[in-house]
Amino acid sequence: MLSSKAMLDGHGEESPYFQGWKEYEKNAYDDVQNPTGIIQMGLAENQLSLDLLRTRLENNQDATRLTNNGESVFRDLALFQDYHGLPAFKNVLEEFMAEMRGNKVSFDPRKLVLMAGATSASETLMFCIVEHGDAFLLPTPYYPGYDRDLKWRTGVELVPIHCSSSNGFKITKSALEEAYQEAQKLSFNVKGVFITNPSNPLGTTMSHVELDELITFAVAKKIHLISDEIFSGTVFENPSFISIIEAVINRKLEKTDLWSRVHIVYSLSKDFGIPGFRVGMIYSNNERVVSTATKMSSYGLISSQTQYLLFKLLSGKEFRENYLKENRKRVKERREMMVVGLGQAGISCLKGNAGLFCWVDLRNHLSSNTFTAEMELWKKILHEAGLNISPGASCHCTEPGWFRICFANMSEETLMVSMERMKAFLHKQ
Amino acid sequence: MLSKKVRLEAHGEDSSYFLGWKEYEKNAYDEVQNPSGIIQMGLAENQLSFHLLEAWLASNQDAARLTKNGESVFRELALFQDYHSLPDFKNVLVDFMAEIRRNKVSFDPRKLVLMAGATSANETLMFCIADPGDAFLLPTPYYPGFDRDLKWRTGVELVPIHCSSLNGFKVTKFSLEEAYQQAQKLSLNVKGVLITNPSNPLGTTMSHDELEELITFAIAKKIHIISDEIYSGTVFDHPSFISIMEALLDRKLEETELWNRVHVVYSLSKDLGVPGFRVGMIYSNNEALVSAATKMSSFGLISSQTQYLLSKLLSDKKFTRNYMKENRKRLKARREMLVTALREAGIECLKSNAGLFCWVDMRNLLSSNTFDAEVELWKKILREAGLNVSPGASCHCSEPGWFRICFANMSEETLNVSMQRMKAFVEKTTQQCRRGGGRVTHQESGCNSRRRPLSNWVLNLCSYDREPYR
Repeated sequence: MLSSKAMLDGHGEESPYFQGWKEYEKNAYDDVQNPTGIIQMGLAENQLSLDLLRTRLENNQDATRLTNNGESVFRDLALFQDYHGLPAFKNVLEEFMAEMRGNKVSFDPRKLVLMAGATSASETLMFCIVEHGDAFLLPTPYYPGYDRDLKWRTGVELVPIHCSSSNGFKITKSALEEAYQEAQKLSFNVKGVFITNPSNPLGTTMSHVELDELITFAVAKKIHLISDEIFSGTVFENPSFISIIEAVINRKLEKTDLWSRVHIVYSLSKDFGIPGFRVGMIYSNNERVVSTATKMSSYGLISSQTQYLLFKLLSGKEFRENYLKENRKRVKERREMMVVGLGQAGISCLKGNAGLFCWVDLRNHLSSNTFTAEMELWKKILHEAGLNISPGASCHCTEPGWFRICFANMSEETLMVSMERMKAFLHKQ
Repeated sequence: MLSKKVRLEAHGEDSSYFLGWKEYEKNAYDEVQNPSGIIQMGLAENQLSFHLLEAWLASNQDAARLTKNGESVFRELALFQDYHSLPDFKNVLVDFMAEIRRNKVSFDPRKLVLMAGATSANETLMFCIADPGDAFLLPTPYYPGFDRDLKWRTGVELVPIHCSSLNGFKVTKFSLEEAYQQAQKLSLNVKGVLITNPSNPLGTTMSHDELEELITFAIAKKIHIISDEIYSGTVFDHPSFISIMEALLDRKLEETELWNRVHVVYSLSKDLGVPGFRVGMIYSNNEALVSAATKMSSFGLISSQTQYLLSKLLSDKKFTRNYMKENRKRLKARREMLVTALREAGIECLKSNAGLFCWVDMRNLLSSNTFDAEVELWKKILREAGLNVSPGASCHCSEPGWFRICFANMSEETLNVSMQRMKAFVEKTTQQCRRGGGRVTHQESGCNSRRRPLSNWVLNLCSYDREPYR
């Protein structure tokens, strides 16, 4: 009676990533009301710097009152549904994105397409680039949501580029080639590579060498490169973040075919901690993609009220610079707390310099080197330690025993409680 | 290198229809700055009652300031991305929807799925109900945006249910059957019928009889009914609005299979005049559909900031009652202005009781009973009268000569100016045709009497470009 999309589970919500979320909702931790509840450590939210935004909000009447210098702009905003986006907002975004990349890249607001969240942006890029049955290659481990966001309604296939702990999960030339061969064996037409940089769930920025390999590969195979740079504002330490566009410019490839096959996805959800406001975007040098994506954004425009709010909040270079600096500092501190806390329990994390999570090595605690054992361990941590973390399998990691644990979506006190619980749990094991 | 969807979109940009929008943007009317510019009458916006919204906002600072009883809720809202949406907002929406339907129907917030605009809601319903290559039947004339919204990324086909001016463009049993046969001939699997009620572009509510025929048809064929009720709050005159849900209840069909195949689309864009805030929704009795659509809404959630503002607004029942009453009154008055002025120019409109536009009969001004002549006339109205109106062909009307003209997206003064221009234009055109020797509608009139089949530009009106009709 309904479509195959509605009836099958292409939404991917049966995966542990979503299951754990549901358990948490049934029994959520609260330091006062429910101190034995489950602590949510599977949600990559940034709750560390909302106070900075709130303060700015309180000092900016115009932003929320929908006024400009006291004059009402309510009517104009209420009627504004232009899929080109609020120009003033795009200008601010363009400046911000450049600042985040140390001004090594400049962005043209005319190549920026706004849409309601990176979820929408990523899917829209697929609709622009692929036909049913085409494939995209993704380095593993990757964000579990991609199985839904990229595949569900577009019909694209995802083929993993297997990365291994033996070299810190870095992408290698041979891993790229192997993935490409695998796709060919399955008779898929490979349209591109989709990376998340900084990586979710690794919490690392892509190295210069990796980006080079990627570019060489994309040039040779004549395929697209999509770089989801949603965590770019969370890079708190060296090595510094190199955007895909910067890497392509460094290789002096602006005048080549590749230039129009490179696209960035971005969002304010992670850097500013405002996922509820639904602010995502595509940046592309490809005119046709920009034009089509702009029209497709009709399926998920950003509320004009929100575009205006954020235009007001983010205007002002000084504020943005201070925000970035402070946010990075807080992310770094939190990460250190977790790394130290886990270290005290004898657990190591992959060395990381970005993101809102650690990629944690629990291989020593598996009953066997299998994904079944990993699932067992995950369930135990959920039910006995009361911590919802994300098992590597849900991120398509090829080696059992790795988990993503988030640190920025809770208070410091709650993080301490979670570390105590982890220590106690592992001690018991 | 890119997908077919990109290539199709590029094709759409060639349509000469796009000309109207471009012309307007290059030379937009402004009563002070550009009094001879083009007046936009192709945009179905409701600008008539903003003062009421603004007044409410001014007295309810909390709502926009993101505070609750003076305390900031900024953080909670910033983090709120639950695709089940803000519960308070859904609760007031179901009340609002029930009120619009004179409380003849009540709605369950658990069956409501919110998403960023009716555009998103309509597409999502297609994804949930149809597979690529399946078909939906739509009564013509219909909103041009559907060609993009329903088909583009879903692969669904649309088959017209031809409606005729002979009976006021009402849906008949015969036309339903004919459309179904046509789909079968094209080897398309029909999944349902999509109606817009009140109708865009007709501005009429569906009659009791039409709804009966539709329901009988859907039962017999075991197909879905989607009712886009986006204009339900703009019904300003008799007959009263009958929602598809009410029609089902009247037929006592709640316990039947059909109950799970009926879905309503709604939005605040037309009734409240807030298209920029992107508030759309699906209402369905089908649990599996609600579940799938809820997950799909991730691709276009409503900003929590906006959910909060509007939940506060709609929870003020005194305000909403007053607003709806005042809004209807103004729409009715505006419509009457347009109808009267057009009549004075010798042009009749379809009798209507809803919407933000009139469906206008300009067949007498055509040089021949062809769509070519309709384009010609449309271009003349654009260039000589300086009015951008919407030609019926872009709404898939099967008879040339009908146009949609909007009346709620401008000031009263501007509407008066547009009507004066129209009168002058009609006079001039009628004189020219008389001089040409013979009535304009006559095949061999002095004006252009070429007859050509539907030209390519009409067929390419997939509206992949700007949507001036919304």
